[in-house]
Amino acid sequence: MAMTLSGIVFGVGFFIITQAQTSGFERFFIRTILGVNGAMRIQDKLQDTMRSMDAAGPNGGSGFQVKVTDGKKYISGVPYPQEISNAAKKFNEVLGVSEVVQGSARIFGNFREMDCKPYGIRLEDHVGVSDLSNQIVLGELKDFRQKRFGVLLGRPLAKKLGVSVEDPITLQASGATMPFRVSAIYETGIEQIDRARIFIHLPAARSLFKRPYGASFIQINLTDPYRAKDISPHMTEVLQHHVASWQERERSWLEVFKVLKISAGVTVSIIIFISGLGMFSTLAITVMEKTKDIAILRSIGYTQSDISQIFLLQGLTVLVVGVIAGWIFAASVTLGVTKIPIRIRGIFSTDSFVVEWSIWHYIVSGLIAGVVVLLASWFPARRAAKVEPADIIRGTGG
Amino acid sequence: MPSLKPTLQAKGIQKFLGSDLNSVHVLRGVDLELMPGHSYSIVGPSGCGKSTLLYLLGLLDRQNEGEIVIGGRSATHASEVERTEIRNMHIGFVFQFHFLLAEFTAAENVMLPMSKLGKRSPEEMREIAFQLLSEVGLGNKVNRLATQLSGGEQQRVAVARALANQPSIILADEPTGNLDVNNSNVVFELLCRLARQHGQSVLMVTHNPDLAKRTDFVLPMKDGLFVEDEKS
Ligand SMILES: Nc1ncnc2c1ncn2[C@@H]1O[C@H](COP(=O)(O)OP(=O)(O)O)[C@@H](O)[C@H]1O
Ligand SMILES: [Mg+2]
Repeated sequence: MAMTLSGIVFGVGFFIITQAQTSGFERFFIRTILGVNGAMRIQDKLQDTMRSMDAAGPNGGSGFQVKVTDGKKYISGVPYPQEISNAAKKFNEVLGVSEVVQGSARIFGNFREMDCKPYGIRLEDHVGVSDLSNQIVLGELKDFRQKRFGVLLGRPLAKKLGVSVEDPITLQASGATMPFRVSAIYETGIEQIDRARIFIHLPAARSLFKRPYGASFIQINLTDPYRAKDISPHMTEVLQHHVASWQERERSWLEVFKVLKISAGVTVSIIIFISGLGMFSTLAITVMEKTKDIAILRSIGYTQSDISQIFLLQGLTVLVVGVIAGWIFAASVTLGVTKIPIRIRGIFSTDSFVVEWSIWHYIVSGLIAGVVVLLASWFPARRAAKVEPADIIRGTGG
Repeated sequence: MPSLKPTLQAKGIQKFLGSDLNSVHVLRGVDLELMPGHSYSIVGPSGCGKSTLLYLLGLLDRQNEGEIVIGGRSATHASEVERTEIRNMHIGFVFQFHFLLAEFTAAENVMLPMSKLGKRSPEEMREIAFQLLSEVGLGNKVNRLATQLSGGEQQRVAVARALANQPSIILADEPTGNLDVNNSNVVFELLCRLARQHGQSVLMVTHNPDLAKRTDFVLPMKDGLFVEDEKS
């Protein structure tokens, strides 16, 4: 039973520890991408052949009555960002909206040039739908706010261009060039974004890309970002624009995390299953060794269920002690692991292990152990109950 | 005393043992009535069905035919749980091989039937166990583990255990079969004396004709039936 007990302790423990880490990193990834690209984006106007949308009309809230037909066509971008923004704000769940004009440009720095993707934003709006204010690593947003031709660069891009805060850069798009000055350097931790995305003011972007109207997309923040995928179909229908949730956008990464969590869970559960097998054989052997004692107890008035309870109780004791010890073990290791330094950049930025404390990891591991132990002791217990006292006593009595 | 009701009545007991093909007709219609305060001995050749009858009367096994009534309750069609309860309240077993739980002390072994009955506090149970063990002459060994006792001592603990719930019937299958003459006498006297004192029925199987003669009734058995005393 000592083997079984330690098996359950470690099985339950490792289950929680691995889940805490994989979901910790998953959570952290989600937080990062929500802080960068928002919970939802309204993009690509839906071309309805029957009628065009007129949401958010003067009649207000209840006036959304739009027919959606099959054979959808999209035109890229949001032609009337102001109207769509206002309509989007009517959704209770919407916390903030930010209109973005995006394009491609060539950026010229300290004798070096690169490709980049300027985002034209209204700073106050965009801070409300992203974590930009916390992503600044050098310089200040205040400076950007005050300068019409200020620009925010990602750290790796600034490094490659050899520029820092206060330095001048030039942007070139569709033949025209415009001078800017670096207001601040930001870092999201997502390498792909930090290397290419730069922020400029919306009017500057409009003139750079010669796009006086419309927006590329509208970034949205929700009170509960996890509801994005539930809200987006409805919003798509009402706003007649394709509304993409972060769950849709990041599907492949989320899938990776899911697979990681499941495979870690299954692998570690094997430890619990093996302990269960150990317990099963230990109990089965005990039942065989104790048939004489069982026969005595039956002969003096113990019922079949009294007998099976003795064995179930053994299993239960191992279960309770094992699970509680496993939980304590897991909690201390989980705590300890957050203190281990590890530098990760690429899909997010962290300098130590990220863990998630979830009661569910404890509940699920306890349930798995519970089911396994119950099965492992149920069958031997039933066998014990079925011992025929007369046969046993006759067998030894002669 | 003769006006008292029988503690146990068995009528037309038949029992087959073994699987269908080589099944043996072990008991062929046994009738028996036990009265309180009396001792009975079953004698007979090995294999004639004595143990089988005892297991049936003690509700450890089910007969194929016939009726068993214990304490006025018919056990024939009772559920396993009810039969176990009757066993706990009305029957005390003593087997040839002193069946004690090895991990438990003498007192704990004696307390087992009482704790199952659940009618007494642990202190009371301990008290009664000490009393019973003193009666069988083991008052100074109550806290010995079963394995630390001699064969005769273990059998006396088994007798004490059989008496724990003050059952109306004590069934003993060759209780002295494994003991030397001295211990045989001690255990035998114990059973008979207690039966008289406590008004219990004692039914014992024995191979020892001298001991059998000292019981109130001798029941000779042959080929699964009680026979008239034939004086071998
Ligand atoms: N499982 C069994 N299958 C067939 N016959 C059996 C089985 N067990 C016992 N018997 C037979 O039942 C008969 C009675 O056995 P038992 O009651 O133990 O005899 P006793 O106690 O009088 O020596 C014996 O002849 C024995 O061979
Ligand atoms: Mg026998």
